[in-house]
Parts: sequence; structure tokens; C-alpha cells
Amino acid sequence: MRNILTPMMMPHRLIMAALALAGLTAMALTMQWDWLPANLPRLWDGLLMTLAMLAGSVVVGFALALPLALFQVMGPAPLRWLSLGFCTVIRGTPLLLQLWLFYFGLGALFAQFPEIRDSWAWPYLRQAWPYGFLALTVSFAAYQGEVMRGAFTGVPHGELEAARAVGMSPWLVFRRVWFPRALHRALPTLAGEIILQLKSTPLVATITVTDLYAVITRIRQTTLLTYEPLLLLVAVYLCLSGILILALRWLENRVPTQR
Amino acid sequence: MDDKPAIRIRDLHKRFGDLEVLKGVSLTAHPGDVIAIIGGSGSGKSTLLRCINMLEHPTSGQIAIQGEGYRMRPARGGGLEPADRKQVQRIRAQLGMVFQNFNLWPHRTVLENVTEAPIHVLGQPRAQAIDRARQVLARVGLAEKADTHPIHLSGGQQQRAAIARVLAVDPLAMLFDEPTSALDPELVGEVLGVIRDLAREGRTMILVTHEMAFARDVANRVIYLRDGRIEEEGTPEQLFGDPQSPHLKQFIRSVM
Repeated sequence: MRNILTPMMMPHRLIMAALALAGLTAMALTMQWDWLPANLPRLWDGLLMTLAMLAGSVVVGFALALPLALFQVMGPAPLRWLSLGFCTVIRGTPLLLQLWLFYFGLGALFAQFPEIRDSWAWPYLRQAWPYGFLALTVSFAAYQGEVMRGAFTGVPHGELEAARAVGMSPWLVFRRVWFPRALHRALPTLAGEIILQLKSTPLVATITVTDLYAVITRIRQTTLLTYEPLLLLVAVYLCLSGILILALRWLENRVPTQR
Repeated sequence: MDDKPAIRIRDLHKRFGDLEVLKGVSLTAHPGDVIAIIGGSGSGKSTLLRCINMLEHPTSGQIAIQGEGYRMRPARGGGLEPADRKQVQRIRAQLGMVFQNFNLWPHRTVLENVTEAPIHVLGQPRAQAIDRARQVLARVGLAEKADTHPIHLSGGQQQRAAIARVLAVDPLAMLFDEPTSALDPELVGEVLGVIRDLAREGRTMILVTHEMAFARDVANRVIYLRDGRIEEEGTPEQLFGDPQSPHLKQFIRSVM
């Protein structure tokens, strides 16, 4: 705790904290917040949707990123080109476009097949969130595939050779040395990418997923307030980013390395 | 002396593209032998050593560890490759290699570096592996550093930790690939001291080294490699005291 708290006690930080506090007080006293209590349940649901979109797309996207990265590093040529193509296309087009292609494109396509309409999956596929989740996941996978590709190639060759020299199988080399080393090297970048991913989640509101941003938009429409709901949104995203940054930094600092 | 040699190499050739690095090297190490391989840079010393545990695949020739020959098959694009990966892994687990750049795993503590192979390759119980690791760390003078990460160690300490990592599996033979070349001069002594003690203990070793005085001191046989061939071999007294080949004479003059 000490090494987290000490830097926060620096004079410039204290002044900034005081300014923020003054701002908050001014907002609470001069602005209109009476809509807040009645809307808390909806806001909570929206927050959960935002967090679910973030956590789900980060976890599944990262799981997809590993094969994407490995195919590019050491896969046979067809898989290598396929992964490279996938990453390039996804990273080269706007997330909003992908989201709409999935929702309006795939969604409309699915609806044309009776087999799909009658299947167990239809109750899910007729909702919006699977498409939001899919788009966010695919995008995260493509970016992280690129990050992990760099991290895998960056692990010093000698460390892998030492692992082989003690008799490790290729899988054991991967599990015990290559992957943990690459992950640790990628962590700072990964941390930034997760924050970016959090800030991409509001896009799902454009396909009617009711995340936190969508809830706030509705509140603005019903209350005719401009700033108050948006300021709340700012505060929540800031808090989420802050928590993520601290958690990931803690993770990074658990292993001291020079690289 | 055991009748099965610890390491036997017959007519080893290694080619990298158009460059033939090893041009027919044969070598036999019996248990307890300490063999120093000397020679100028590019003479093929490291390649020879790395062929012994298949970090390099020979182009032709045979290598047997304690009588068991590597099963090889023709590789695509010429040369040979191991036909049986499991066999290679099993033999590697019995050979300890110490690298020029230590190659410790920086995401694990010194102790974890040492217990890694015993636990995850040999399948030893954790408690037993940790006991053994603490013994070998004490043996190389690093008992106090067990729980630190490698980056907090000096080069000499890192290399001693790497030697402990090898000792933990009680190897049949130890392969040293220029173990002091990456060290600051004042740190060379502590590493050579540890290797010398292990040699006196009767461990089988093959050492690629530039430390001639050290080779003379610990080795019972010295091999002078030049241009991919063994140009001269014999006891340290013969090679350093009365070298025959003009190249070796010049080499010894230039490095001593």
C-alpha cells in the first residue's frame, strides 16, 4: 500500500485532487440531480452490460488472439496468411462498420433461414447483444493477435533454447517459458488496449444494446438534461479506467524483468 | 571405468548452407572425463557442443549418449533430423548445458529456475525438488539468493545459478558453451571456481572455453579444433607444453 499512497501525496497531486473536489461540490450544488435515484436500477443494469461486453470480449478475444499470433509466428503458410489477412482487415476497418455489418448484415441473413429461426439459438440471435459481443471480440482478437505476435517473437531465443536443453517438449516450452514471458512483455500494451476496449463499448448502443451509454442517452431524452447525465457517464468511465489501470499495474509489478 | 562412453561422436559433419562448419569430428568422452575444446572463432567448437544435445542437427555422422545413439532420419532440404522427439527430450534431460549468456528464465526466481526441470520434466515431487535445489544452490554459493529474480544477480551469480539449474537434474554429462565469455573479468574467477570443483568431483564435462590456463588446469584432455577438424588432441601437458601443429603453436601464443 505504501508505494501506491506515497506518490499520491505529492503536492501537485494534492492540488489537483482539491480542484476535482471543488468541481464535484459545485456540480452537486448547482446542477440538477433529482433524476438520479429513480434511474439507479437502469443505470446499474447498463453498467453491468458495459462490464459484460468488456470482460467477455477481452477474455474471448484474447483466447482467439493466441492462435492468431502463433499462426503468424510459426504456422504453416496458409494459416499464416489467413491470420495475417484477418488481422489486417479487422484492424484496417472501423469498429462501427464491423458492428453494423454483423448486426444488420448477419442478423438479417440469419432471419432468412427457417432452420436458424427454429433452432435453439434463435432466441439469442434475434437479440442485439450477441452481435455487439461478436464485433467487440473479433476486433480485440485482431489487435491483440498483433500485440502477441510481437511479444512472442520478442522473447529472447536463448531462454527458449535453455528450456529445450533441459528436455522440455514443445508444448511445455510454450506453457512454462514462451507464453508467460510473452504475456509479461505484452502486459503494458495489453493494459492500454483493455482501456481502449472499454471506451469502444459505447458503440454497441448504436445497435440497440442497452449498455451504460444507451441508458444515459435515454435519460437525456426523457429529462431533457444535457450535461448532468453526460458528466455522470464521464465519472463512471474514469473510475472504471482507473481501477483497470491499477489492477493491471499491480499484475505487471509482480514479476520484475528488465524488458 | 564404465565401458560405455558417456558421449561418443563419430565422423560428425555439419553444414550451414554452403558453409561446412564441421568436417568429420570424432570424439569420445568416458565417465569422469573433462574435455576442453579450444580453437579460434569460427572453428566449429560451439556447433560441435550444440550437436551433442541436438540443439543443432548434424548433417551426417553419429552421436551416442551412454551407448544410446540418436535415431535420425533424412531432413527435408538435406542433412538429418531427429526421428524420435521423445528420445531427444529424454536424452537432453540427462545432459546439462550451460550457455554463454546464462539464459535463465527471468520470470521465475532463482529457486524456480532450478526446480523447473526436476518438477516439470522429470516429474519429481515438489518438496524433493526444492530440497535438492537448495542443496545445489548452496553448492554454488547462492543459498541466499534462492528467492530473488535473476535480474537482481550479477553476471557471475547468474552463471552460477545456471550451473545449479543443470546440477539439479544430476546430469550424466555437463556441456559448457563458453561459460565465462559474457562475464566481466572480475567475475570470471567465481564461475571457474565452481566448474573446477565440479570437475574434481568426477563429473563428466565438455567445455568450450577461451580460458587456456583454466583448460590446462581442469581438463584431462584438450582438443584443438581448427576449421571444422580436430587438428590436435591430447593431455593438457602435450598440447600446451609441446604443441605439434604450427597453427596450434600460433594459437597458443596469441591467446596466452
